[in-house]
Amino acid sequence: MSINEEQVRNEVREWLKENWSPNLDLVEWRLKLADSGWGMANWPAEWYGRDLPVSLVPAIEEEFSKIGALTIPKSGIRMLAAATILNHGSDMHKEKFLKRIITGEDVWCQLFSEPGSGSDLAGATTKAVMVGNKWVVNGQKVWTTSAHKAHWGLLLARTDMDETKHRGLSYFIIDMNQPGVETQPLMQMNGHASFNQVFLTDAEVMPDFQVAELGDGWQVATTTLMHERRAADSLRSWGQASKGDGPIYDQERVETETTMQPYKWYPQRAGRVDLIMDRAKETDAIKDPAIRQEIAKLMTLHKSAEWTARRARAAQEQGKPQGPEGSLGKLAASNVARAAAKVHTLISGADAMLTGEDSPMDGIIAEILVSFPASSIAGGTDEIQKNIISERVLNMPKETRFDADKPFKDIPRNTVS
Amino acid sequence: MKFSFSEEQEEFRSFLRRFLEEKSPTTEVRRLMATDAGWEKEQWQKVNTELGLTAIAIPEEYGGQGFGLSEQCIVLEEMGRFLLCAPYFSSAVLTANAILYGASEEYKKKYLPEIASGDLTASLAFTEETGAWDISSMSMCATKNKNTYRLTGIKSFVLDGHMSDLIIVLAKVDDNSGSQRLALFSVDSTAVGLTKNLLNSTDQTRKLAKLTFTDVEATCISSDDVTEAMHKTFLKSCIGLSNEMVGGAERLREDTLEYVKMRMQFGRSIASFQVTKHKATDMLADVELAKSAAYYAAAAFDDGESDIAATASIAKASASEAYMQTAINAVQMHGGIGFTWDNDTHLWFKRAKSSEVFLGTADFHRELMMQSWDQ
Ligand SMILES: Cc1cc2nc3c(=O)[nH]c(=O)nc-3n(C[C@H](O)[C@H](O)[C@H](O)COP(=O)(O)OP(=O)(O)OC[C@H]3O[C@@H](n4cnc5c(N)ncnc54)[C@H](O)[C@@H]3O)c2cc1C
Repeated sequence: MSINEEQVRNEVREWLKENWSPNLDLVEWRLKLADSGWGMANWPAEWYGRDLPVSLVPAIEEEFSKIGALTIPKSGIRMLAAATILNHGSDMHKEKFLKRIITGEDVWCQLFSEPGSGSDLAGATTKAVMVGNKWVVNGQKVWTTSAHKAHWGLLLARTDMDETKHRGLSYFIIDMNQPGVETQPLMQMNGHASFNQVFLTDAEVMPDFQVAELGDGWQVATTTLMHERRAADSLRSWGQASKGDGPIYDQERVETETTMQPYKWYPQRAGRVDLIMDRAKETDAIKDPAIRQEIAKLMTLHKSAEWTARRARAAQEQGKPQGPEGSLGKLAASNVARAAAKVHTLISGADAMLTGEDSPMDGIIAEILVSFPASSIAGGTDEIQKNIISERVLNMPKETRFDADKPFKDIPRNTVS
Repeated sequence: MKFSFSEEQEEFRSFLRRFLEEKSPTTEVRRLMATDAGWEKEQWQKVNTELGLTAIAIPEEYGGQGFGLSEQCIVLEEMGRFLLCAPYFSSAVLTANAILYGASEEYKKKYLPEIASGDLTASLAFTEETGAWDISSMSMCATKNKNTYRLTGIKSFVLDGHMSDLIIVLAKVDDNSGSQRLALFSVDSTAVGLTKNLLNSTDQTRKLAKLTFTDVEATCISSDDVTEAMHKTFLKSCIGLSNEMVGGAERLREDTLEYVKMRMQFGRSIASFQVTKHKATDMLADVELAKSAAYYAAAAFDDGESDIAATASIAKASASEAYMQTAINAVQMHGGIGFTWDNDTHLWFKRAKSSEVFLGTADFHRELMMQSWDQ
């Protein structure tokens, strides 16, 4: 089956001509995208997509952007939720959640990490117990991005203490707006508070909000994480409001300011390589031979990381098995972020000490310098990525494990509850 | 002594460490850094009078204790370790040295004893808005009006400049022969025409100010050109800062080591993973090498070694990279908690960032090093 790109472009153009208008309501527009399948064209046709290969998505998006038509913001946890539900969810889940993910009406969060288990996510101790006909959840989650805005949470919880660590976990979708769920913002070193502690006290989950089978939680979580890590390459872009005139653009700007607000600093955390050359010229740092070398080194890293990510995407789009390049995106992205922060420091010189309105670009540069460390931690640390790559891609001997075969209750762990 | 400290020095250090541990816990650092002033007079005076910290490196003839840079660097290293919020680097390092090397006898006698006693706080205003650190790039000019001088222009990145009683300004002045020389001027902090703006600094433990001079009356306190004197002040300050930086880096390294030993993942201590051990070892190497350079430079300065310019730059370049790298590793090894405001790691991370550029980045100092060897 070969689908012609030109043919798809023609179809999109036709469809846009008939349907797009900047005077539409944002949700109304996105409902059109859901119903026509043009919003998530690579999704299955029966679930708001068109069964098209991912490789055609960029062409479709290009047609949208040519006329300034809005697409679906493909960042944030909700896209991870969608991928997980498409993979493992029931028809009821797909029915209930996918459309409102496309319209952007629902905000999602990922309730995986706990104070005692971050890298070791499978060590989660938050418990879900069946009481009567409901799951009752008790425990604490942490670093939960957007929890304070979220309607729904992707929850990893322990349903069996006697099972081994990985088999004792199950995966749920939890309603965040209920008395048993309390979120408390956590301030970050960059002054933002986009993540939270979430206290679950007799929080309830209906049985049909369990995803996949009991005990399959780890497997489902792995799907979510794979999508998160894959998306963390240098091709990632963070929803920034489009510039345009019309009610729909105003609504999108409001969305960016509200539901997308926790991601405001994410471009900075990635290092803002895009600003480097302009900053170097405007500060005259470009004349400094040592800084020129540093910039060139950064650009070499940045470009080759980008091309590596493109190779990985291309393979994925053509349905080829993932090569080693596919696992390197996230690691490369944290290297780029770190290197970029260093070069921004050199370019800014003494100004790198300042923040807020006293600092270059109204604090954007300062924000890079105190945000980049998140890249190598969030979504799985660099060390964990390297463990995975060395053991699964390079087939190096597995680290001896002390915690895989015993019942979970017998494994030593942190004393924090 | 370049490679070891004497027993007295070691004793002094451990005494100071115990003292600052009590006086400057991070709760106190956080409290003070959130204030505009950045430090508290009464509290600082108590610490200072008891220990005579501002007097330590000022010659006895000017009311000081007459110790060398090495001894002062012990103080700085411990202050860096505890992020002590005090106007020490500004008064007792930058300004005291500029006066000591650049001012005429009259003004040394006037200001140094007061700085030594801690009664007078002083800031050195030399960097301008370009943020360039080299003395030769300064552009402010003083104009002479009968017997007084007038200053107009902007000095920026002035450490503690918003709070100090006295501002010593570096500016050019026309001398009688028609050429220009660099001179030092003293300006009262309450002088008419002087506007002081506290800058927003990422590292809140290190307050910087922008000083705008509009026809401000100033007293010239130097008689000869101060280029050499300022150069010496700069070198000494770079060495002092390097010592302060390695103190902070070592603290971060130790705290991080303690944390990874305590933290469990995968049913074991994360310190038991080889990659953690290797990283901890790299951190040790980074910090120890930077310490060696910082210690050596301080002693070499006291010994009057001729290669001191390059040595000072080795110390600063080494400390800049080691401190920042240690801070990056420290956050990483803490995981999510290391990225939070409540965890103390970011306090040192931000100090590492500000110190990385204050008095020049590693790249800048590597260039200075090469210039001094390529003459
Ligand atoms: C900005 C940000 C947003 C986040 N958003 C979310 C979110 O929305 N939802 C969510 O669930 N979580 C979220 N997280 C949490 C994140 O996934 C965890 O912080 C991360 O996985 C590390 O876990 P930890 O913090 O417990 O650190 P730890 O696991 O304790 O790690 C500490 C150090 O030990 C190292 N280490 C641990 N195990 C090994 C090993 N086997 N081998 C070698 N080294 C090891 C780590 O690499 C790290 O350096 C977020 C984190 C950040 C910084």
